[in-house]
Amino acid sequence: MSLDQEVEILRQIPLFANIDTAKLKLMCFASERLAFKPGQVLFKQGDSGDAAYIVIDGEAEVIAETPAGPVSVATLGRNDIIGEIAILCDVPRTATIKAAGELITLKVTKDLFFRMVTDFPEMGVEIMRVLAHRLENTTAQLSAMRAGQGA
Amino acid sequence: MEPNLFKYVWRHSKKEQIAILMLVATSLPFYFVSLVLPKLIINEGIQGEGFDGFGSTQPFLKIDLPYGEWLTGKTVNIFPGFQMEQTGYLLALSFAFLGFVLINGGYKYVINTRKGRMGERMLRRLRYELTDRILRFPLLHMRRVKQAEVATMIKDEVEPLGGFIGDAFVQPAYLGGLAITAMIFVLLESVWLGLIAFFIVGVQAFIIPRLRRRILRLGKERQLTARQLAGRIGELVDGSVEVHAHDTSNFERADIASRLGRIFSIRYEIYQRKFFVKFLNNLLSQMTPFIFYAFGGVLALMGHLDIGALVAVINAYKDLPGPVKELIDWDQQRLDVQIKYDQVIQQFQPSDMIDPALQVPDADPGTPLTGELVCKTVSLVDDTSTKLVDSVSFTMPVEGHLAIVGNSSSGKDHLAMLLARLLLPSSGSISVGGRDVGAMTEAVTGRRISYVGQDAYLFPGSVFDNLVYGLKHVPLKEPARDEDAEREQAKARAESLRAGNIDLDLKADWIDYTAAGCSGPEDLQERLIDILSVIDMAEDVYRLGLTGTIDPERNPEIAEGILKARAALLERLAQEGSSDLVIRFDPDQYNRNATLTENLLFGTPTKDEFRGDALADNQLVLEVLGEAEMLDDLLAMGETIAKTIVELFADLPAGHPFFEQFGFIEEDDLPEYKALVARVEQQGRANLSKDDRRLLLHLPFKYVEARHRFGLIDDVLETKVIAARKTIAERLEERAPGAVEFYRPEGYNAAASLQDNILFGRLAYGQAQAEEIVGRTVTEVLDTLGLHHAVLTVGLDYEVGIGGKRLTKVQRQKLAIARALLKQPDLLIVNEAASVLDVAAQARLSEQILKLREGCGVIWTLQRASVAEQFDRVLVMRAGRVVEQGTFEELKAPGSTLGELIAAG
Repeated sequence: MSLDQEVEILRQIPLFANIDTAKLKLMCFASERLAFKPGQVLFKQGDSGDAAYIVIDGEAEVIAETPAGPVSVATLGRNDIIGEIAILCDVPRTATIKAAGELITLKVTKDLFFRMVTDFPEMGVEIMRVLAHRLENTTAQLSAMRAGQGA
Repeated sequence: MEPNLFKYVWRHSKKEQIAILMLVATSLPFYFVSLVLPKLIINEGIQGEGFDGFGSTQPFLKIDLPYGEWLTGKTVNIFPGFQMEQTGYLLALSFAFLGFVLINGGYKYVINTRKGRMGERMLRRLRYELTDRILRFPLLHMRRVKQAEVATMIKDEVEPLGGFIGDAFVQPAYLGGLAITAMIFVLLESVWLGLIAFFIVGVQAFIIPRLRRRILRLGKERQLTARQLAGRIGELVDGSVEVHAHDTSNFERADIASRLGRIFSIRYEIYQRKFFVKFLNNLLSQMTPFIFYAFGGVLALMGHLDIGALVAVINAYKDLPGPVKELIDWDQQRLDVQIKYDQVIQQFQPSDMIDPALQVPDADPGTPLTGELVCKTVSLVDDTSTKLVDSVSFTMPVEGHLAIVGNSSSGKDHLAMLLARLLLPSSGSISVGGRDVGAMTEAVTGRRISYVGQDAYLFPGSVFDNLVYGLKHVPLKEPARDEDAEREQAKARAESLRAGNIDLDLKADWIDYTAAGCSGPEDLQERLIDILSVIDMAEDVYRLGLTGTIDPERNPEIAEGILKARAALLERLAQEGSSDLVIRFDPDQYNRNATLTENLLFGTPTKDEFRGDALADNQLVLEVLGEAEMLDDLLAMGETIAKTIVELFADLPAGHPFFEQFGFIEEDDLPEYKALVARVEQQGRANLSKDDRRLLLHLPFKYVEARHRFGLIDDVLETKVIAARKTIAERLEERAPGAVEFYRPEGYNAAASLQDNILFGRLAYGQAQAEEIVGRTVTEVLDTLGLHHAVLTVGLDYEVGIGGKRLTKVQRQKLAIARALLKQPDLLIVNEAASVLDVAAQARLSEQILKLREGCGVIWTLQRASVAEQFDRVLVMRAGRVVEQGTFEELKAPGSTLGELIAAG
């Protein structure tokens, strides 16, 4: 798979949808494409976050480490982005991610991510927009829940 | 050092100077004769004086006893001479003249080479002596020494002294002799002309030196400013981090520019004045012939002087200004070098130089240090009268383990240096078993005591060289030499002594195996590895070993073992289902994880013209690519790479780290490639100029498909590359054998590292944790095959670089500690040498070392007071004084100084 194909994939992710192709290409070029074998761990819950992963192909399992043992909570697939929270704000990984089957990702390091945002402020604005959307969604969900509880 | 250069030179080269002076003296009569001959040739040979006419003869080489008439009343003839006709006579005289010219030339040649040899010897002596002095500088003085300045002094500033020293006595004697001979000759021929010549020479000798005095002063300034410039440039290099961290590069530029400006104005003034003097000198020299032609001509016309004599006088005078001018030059040079000499030796005589007697080469390290180490009211005062160590007294058994703690201004580091006799106390005394440490020679202190400081220095060389550095005190075993080499060595040794140098044989085996507890070179390596394990450095050396190379012919077992490991790794990875982590080299496959260069050469280049993108200029490779009709493919690749890079990097701000990280193109070259891309788009690849094609062609060679992912390598190209690979290999065998070490699945590659030989391929890009998994498997495989030790020995050969810069700081310090442990000293002094390690590692290290040193002394100044728990006794210092001493248990109570230090971490 070449750079151009990777760029096409990134383009389908909302976070990157409105960003200039040349910049996405640079980001792909500077990132490492990483293949994981079935069962291989991307990172463990509680690790410090140094990179986000964009799923290019395959599926990944999100596992929460609970006192009762690991619990699979979700499955992420193509075009999903993994671990972006940990690189945006310095918090430990909130879950363990394991490859479910052959998994191909694009590893965007924290360093690269911030460098891109600094060098291309429009990318930062784009990310702000996406995050704001998410916040709005979350807030809406929260109020809906509160309303539900109140009823 | 002798303050007067002349006395210094005379003392060390008396014999040689006298021999040369004798040579000069014997040469002068020949010179005089060669002046007389032209007159005879013109008057008698050509003008026929004394010949009565055609056919008459005159005696040639008739010799009368000098002063015979005066002695006996009549001419006493010794040799009647050969009777000759005029033509024969002329030719005989001419040949005689030629003969004398040759004799004079011969003299000159011999005198000059002798002088040269003497000068070089003196230069060698001077340089040696200055370096010897550096080795005897007290350490406190060293802090004020700028290394770049000292190095320029020894290297450049004394160099002209060497040239002058050869001339110091000989030149004035020789030139003076020449000038006086010529003068006497002129005077004998014509008193008047002689007096005129004498007068003008006098004027020359009086005025010129006066004019040159200012030049000398300027010369002195020039030397000082140039030396300071060298010092400043040294500082720029040392302080480069600060310069970048504080954006002061322009401040530094301004500083350098102003210094250069100062040097320029000095040099320019020197230049102007020099040429004025030259002009004047020439004018005066040219005046004399004018006078000679005019007055001498008149004298000749009037018959007071014959033509032959006039020609001879003019001829002799021609030789006069030369020597006089050179004499004046010599005098100036004398003043000049004396100044230089003064300035240099001033820098080399600090007070309290170490007595040479303490450094005499001595194979005997004396009796072991036993008994009590007694420190009696020891103080150390620096040159600003600050008390660094203040009346410290304590006693400990030499084999005890003592920790010294205190904050950074407590003086503990200076105390440690005093105990190692690296500094001498300003007052008080240190003794061991009743022997005064101050009076011990370095042969004793340097072997019975080991010292490791905070910033231990490593010398360029291998890890091994640095470890055994502490064992090289005196040559112990002569190297085996054949007869010729033996003779060479004897000659070199004699010459060394003649120049006052030390005559120890550098090529001998200096390593003191016994001191390291070994019987010889065989078990030394074992011992080194043991010590490295004690200080937790064996693992580091092992890793260094993996990146090292070996000569398979000298280490056939290792090479063989590595080949086994190669096979074993393949198997092991297959078992673990990790075969895809290493993409192996296959003669019939293109390796997408390797560069195009590697794929084309299919081997490790040993010559620069086959490395990286140098292939784009390599005739042999270009030829093959041309024949395979691949050049256009590569140009197309180059074009895509150039376009992509220009597109990707176009908006990046200058100096962005990406340029370096993903460097196909240097940042500075980007505009050039931008223009190139524009030209390619306009004109098409086919119409590009030769230079443009070359630029494009440089790009694909570093391209790695798996890493860069531009999608440039397809099956067709792969097939072509594999075909070209075979042709290149054939051509290389013919035309440049050995330039590339080919990858052979069954063979060891001497140019590649051990690790590369084991992998025999490239780590796959984009496989998660490939490096960790493969690294772990390689270690396992090597351990199973019993190769761990072999890799360690290769690691010992790792070159540490200048000042050990190729190692980490922790590795450097550990290596220095190992070096200190190796010689098994009676007393080991560790002066905060482990403070770069983290607390846990420090504690572990000291624990292991103390265990190793059970029954032998250790004094350790600690940065972290808590580590002192492991020691028998603790000395707590504050502001240069000992404030508490005793066992850790006694002192650790809260409220004590030790307690405070522990609490502070």
